[in-house]
Amino acid sequence: MKNLKKITVLALAIVLASGLMAGCGGGGNAGGEKGKVYVYCFGDYFDPELEYEFEEATGYDVVIDYFDTNEELYPVIKNNTAQYDVICASDYMIAKLIDGGLLAEINYDNVPNAANIAESVKPFFDEFDPGMKYSVPHTWGTYGIMYNKTMVDASTIDSWEDLWDEKYADQIVMPDSLREMYMIAGKILGYSMNTTDEKEVAEMTDLLLKQKPLVYKLANDSARELMIGESAAIAVVNSGEVLYSQELNKNMGFVIPEEGTEVWTDCWALTANAANKEGGEAWINFMLDGEVAADNFEYLTYAIPNTQIADLTDNPVLNPGAEVLAKCETLKNLGAEADDMYSKYWKEYKSK
Amino acid sequence: MSKKLFSGPFLAFILCGTLVPLGVIAFYGFTDRSGAFTLENIMAIATRNHAQALGLSLGLALISTAICLLLAFPLGLILKDSKLGKKGFMVFVFILPMWMNFLLRTMAWQVLLERNGIINIVLKALGLPLLDIINTPAAVVLGMVYDYLPFMVLPIYNALIKIDNNLIEAAYDLGADKMLVLRKVLIPLSVPGIVSGITMVFVPSLTTFAISTMLGGGKVNLIGNIIEQEFTVGSNWNLGAGLSLVMMVFIIISMALIEKFDREGEASMI
Repeated sequence: MKNLKKITVLALAIVLASGLMAGCGGGGNAGGEKGKVYVYCFGDYFDPELEYEFEEATGYDVVIDYFDTNEELYPVIKNNTAQYDVICASDYMIAKLIDGGLLAEINYDNVPNAANIAESVKPFFDEFDPGMKYSVPHTWGTYGIMYNKTMVDASTIDSWEDLWDEKYADQIVMPDSLREMYMIAGKILGYSMNTTDEKEVAEMTDLLLKQKPLVYKLANDSARELMIGESAAIAVVNSGEVLYSQELNKNMGFVIPEEGTEVWTDCWALTANAANKEGGEAWINFMLDGEVAADNFEYLTYAIPNTQIADLTDNPVLNPGAEVLAKCETLKNLGAEADDMYSKYWKEYKSK
Repeated sequence: MSKKLFSGPFLAFILCGTLVPLGVIAFYGFTDRSGAFTLENIMAIATRNHAQALGLSLGLALISTAICLLLAFPLGLILKDSKLGKKGFMVFVFILPMWMNFLLRTMAWQVLLERNGIINIVLKALGLPLLDIINTPAAVVLGMVYDYLPFMVLPIYNALIKIDNNLIEAAYDLGADKMLVLRKVLIPLSVPGIVSGITMVFVPSLTTFAISTMLGGGKVNLIGNIIEQEFTVGSNWNLGAGLSLVMMVFIIISMALIEKFDREGEASMI
C-alpha cells in the first residue's frame, strides 16, 4: 500500500514536471519566432516588466542572467564561458573589454533610438569609448554626500572633509568599495582617483585610516536603508539613490562636494562573440526608447540620459550642471600591477 | 562487476564535484596571472594583513564554536531527560530555522541589531540602555552562533539519546553522584557527537564571509572576506585560490586535532 502511494506520487510529479516543461517550451516558441537574445546585466538594473514588453514588441525571446560586479562579468566574457549577445557594464570595464577585443561595434542603422541619447553624456564617452562605437549609455551618475537634515547642519556640508568631522563620529556610512574610497581621499589631497603613484596611495590610505574610527559602517547598497531608517546621519551615496531615499524619508539632503567627484556611466554593449547581433541591437534600441527610459527611470530613480525624458531628470541631484562636472573624474582601468598595489593598501585599511 | 557498475555515478560525482574543482583551484593557486608556477600566492598568507585576518577568523570561530558547545550540550541533556514525550518536536523546533535561507536569517539580524533597529526601538521604549554591538566582532559571533547552532545540537542530541539509560542507572547504583556520571559516562559516550558538532560549526565559521560582511559592517575583516574580495573585486583569482588552499590546510589540521580527542575514532556524521 505504502509503495503504491509512493509510485502514485512519483508518477504525479513526473506528469507535473513534464507539463511544466511543455509549458515553457510552448511559451518560448510563441515569443521567440525570431530567435533568442542573451542579456547579461547587473542585478535589478531595469524595470523587469520591460523584458516582456521587449519580447512582445520585437518577437525575440530574451534570456537574462545577472551579476553583481564588473569584475565578475569580465572573466565570463573573456573566457566565453556563456555566450551573451548584449551586456551591461560600467565605463572602465567597457574600456577594458574594448582593449581585449571582446566587444563588437554597434551598427547604428539598427539603433534609430540612438537619436534620443542626451548630448550631455557624450563627452563622458571620450574617456572610454570615443564616438560611442561600442556602447551606448544606460544610466549615469555621480557620488555625493547624503545627509539627514534633522541630524546634521546642512549648511555646513560642502566638502569631503566634512566626513572627517569628529562631531559625526559613529554616524558616517562610507562605501565598501576600494576605488570610491580612494576617490574621496584623493579629492581631499588633490590627487587623481586614477593615480598609480604608490606614495600618493599610501598617503590616501593614512588619511582614510584617520577617518576609520568615525565610520559606523562600510556599505554599498544598504547605505540608503541606514539613512532612511535614521541609523546613520551622513553617508556617501550614488546620486541615483537620492530620489528613492527622499521618497521614503523627507529629511534627506544631498550635496556634491566642492572638490568634485566621480562621474560614472553604465552602458549597453554587444559582445564580439554575439550569436545574435541584430537581436542585441534590438535590445539596445528598445532600451533607448523614450517610454522605456521613463519606465526605467521610475523604477531605478537613476539618471537616464534620454532626451525624451529630459524634464523628468532635470534636477540638481541627477544633473549637477557643467560647472560641477568639469571637476569630476572617470574611473579608469589601471592594470593588474596597480590593482594589486591598491589591493594591498586597501587590505591594510581594512585590517586596522 | 555489478558493484563497480553501481559505484560509477558516485565516482563520476567525486571526480566532477570534488577532484576536478580542487585541481582547478590548485592550478590557480600555484600559478601567477601569466600562468607561470609560483609559490607566492601560498606564501602570501604570511603577510601581516592576511595573517591578521586569519588570526581573527580563528579567534571568532573558536569563540562561536565554544558558545555553541556550551549551549548545545546542556540542551541535549535536557532533551534526553525530558519526559514530555515530545523530544522529536523540540529538536524539530531547533532545526526549523534551517529551512530558511541562511543569508536571510543573517540579514534579519542586521535589521534587528541596527542602531535604529527593532531591538533598540523596544529597548528605547522601555527606557533601557541601548544595544550597540552591530558592526563589531560581537555581532559576527552572534550571527555565527545563531546560524550554526543547529549543526551542534543535532549530532550531540543524537549521541546522547543513544546512551542506554541502564548505564547511567548502574553508575548511580555504584555510588556516583551527578557530576561523576556526567564526567565519566555522559561526556565520554557522547564524544563522537561532540566531535562532529565542533567540526560542523568550526569549519563554516572559519571560512564565512557573508556573516562578517552583513553584521560586521565591512569593518570585521576575516580571511573569508579577503578571499571573496580577490575574486569579486580584486580580479586576482590566483591569490584568492592560493589563500583558499592555505585555508584548506588549516581546516585539515584543526580536524585532525579534534579527531585526536575522539577516542572512539568514529565521528558520526549525520
